[in-house]
Amino acid sequence: MGNSAQHTLDARALRAEFPILASPRPGGGEVHYLDSAATSQKPQRVLDAMDAYYRETNANVHRGVYEMAAEATERFEAGRDAVARLVNHPREATVFTKNATEAINLVAWAWGIRELGEGDEVLVTLMEHHSNTVPWQIVAGITGATVRFCPVTPGGELDMDAMRGMIGPRTRMVAVVHVSNTLGTINPVEEIVAMAHDAGALTMVDATQSVPHMPVDAAAIGSDFLAFTGHKRGGPTGIGVLAAAPERLEAMEPFLGGGEMISDVTTEGSSWNDIPWKFEAGTPPIAEAVGLGEAVAFLEEVGLENIRAHEKEVARQMLDALDEVPGLTLYGPRDVERRGASMSFSLDGVHPHDIGQFLDSKGVCVRAGHHCTKPLMRHMGVQSTARASAYLYTTDDDILALRDALIECREWFGAA
Amino acid sequence: MGGLDDLYQQLILDHYRNRRGRGRIEGASASVHEHNPVCGDECYLDILVVDGRIVEIRADGDGCSISQAAASMLTEVAEGKDLDEALDLVEHFRLMMHGEAEPDEDLLGDAIALEGVARYPVRVKCALLSWLALRDCIADYRETVATGG
Ligand SMILES: Cc1ncc(COP(=O)(O)O)c(C=O)c1O
Repeated sequence: MGNSAQHTLDARALRAEFPILASPRPGGGEVHYLDSAATSQKPQRVLDAMDAYYRETNANVHRGVYEMAAEATERFEAGRDAVARLVNHPREATVFTKNATEAINLVAWAWGIRELGEGDEVLVTLMEHHSNTVPWQIVAGITGATVRFCPVTPGGELDMDAMRGMIGPRTRMVAVVHVSNTLGTINPVEEIVAMAHDAGALTMVDATQSVPHMPVDAAAIGSDFLAFTGHKRGGPTGIGVLAAAPERLEAMEPFLGGGEMISDVTTEGSSWNDIPWKFEAGTPPIAEAVGLGEAVAFLEEVGLENIRAHEKEVARQMLDALDEVPGLTLYGPRDVERRGASMSFSLDGVHPHDIGQFLDSKGVCVRAGHHCTKPLMRHMGVQSTARASAYLYTTDDDILALRDALIECREWFGAA
Repeated sequence: MGGLDDLYQQLILDHYRNRRGRGRIEGASASVHEHNPVCGDECYLDILVVDGRIVEIRADGDGCSISQAAASMLTEVAEGKDLDEALDLVEHFRLMMHGEAEPDEDLLGDAIALEGVARYPVRVKCALLSWLALRDCIADYRETVATGG
């Protein structure tokens, strides 16, 4: 890839580690996978680690006295260590959930239901994924609290002046996305967390789209809660993470009840296990934790700094490529320092569905729709957009294929 | 690009670029507004019924080429049909979209060109949006008539 002075990542070489990218699809043809914001591809070693777990040490975790059970527990908890290390967070306050969505719901239910009431406000933003909006709406509906939305500027960034004005004595929770999955915008979460804390509010940072793509330091961000998902960063589906302030977890009542999360159960009532297990009811995603741990090791070897540098370069190329497509409107910031490599756009005269279908015929995978950000879509005055999103394995070939397919697409639909 | 040509037949692109029966009917006998939750596509459908026959039908809204072409074709073929004929037509189209009926060109008119959509499950909803809206519209109309509303 051109202009690679400080470019220490070889995307072409890395592709060889991802079976889906390394071999042509059944039926032939190269795939230009530009939908990593929806889910990333998985490196072989992650698949191998999960496979080995099932083949070699499959047993339920905790409580087992036999050797295999002890080993399963060890591999599972090693996954937690890896994730905690990745985001610089204490392991005992790193909770495994089903996905990012469940991590946010956990807080909305375990904290929100008990703590929120009439007159209280939860401040979210217009660029939140539905997973950081709907749980708060549900809990507000039960408790009588209000959900407010911080606006987004025409340039696709948070209106920080508005946010400052909206955070006040009634604000109990500020829930904000670190990197927007639709616009690619990187939000100043450290500043927002500080503002919220000054007002006495708690904070939830949805780090789903940042943790895969850049170094994320939970301690530096300082939020009470930080959520992300396993499958967008080389890991399997079925596992997510809540990194919470330990004292918050200690103070909170459980979310789900059942096995694993108890200390004692009597006919009169129950008491809770230590954190993090207090929040992990039932058999956890064991193989998934093993796979996620392996994915962390993989990303650490590649280097999160290097991934970020690579994606900045890809974002630059993508901006240039999209500029060459007539009739294209890009949503979100143009400055690669302020954005990730996930880009939403529309094409004059061609519906996003048709873009997605046409591009598929050229082997280019993009997403078309509202990207689970309907309030943002309404705010931008569109029903849907097409979105291309990159990862560490994205090459200039992918970007050129995107550009050429988009130009051809417009001609095909007679919009040119 | 065999697959693509199959999906986007010339007739479909023609209806997409030159929509027939687009708009609203003032004083319609029945109207419905439906949307596809997957993509947010919207469809407004109005019918004017005289003596149990659809004398005018209009579709409006935004959507992809498949949904827009399907709406355009629907208005062409449904206009002039009596209500039961129109329901049979919708049912035949629905079955074709689910690959459960041999398409009858005499019945479907240009909409036969949408046959290939059946092989793209995510797009079937797009094609069906306006057609199922007609079914709902007729049901609404009949209920209003029955309740004397
Ligand atoms: C910003 C953001 N938050 C949350 C989520 C939800 O992730 P999951 O579906 O894995 O819970 C997504 C995934 O699309 C996302 O992009």
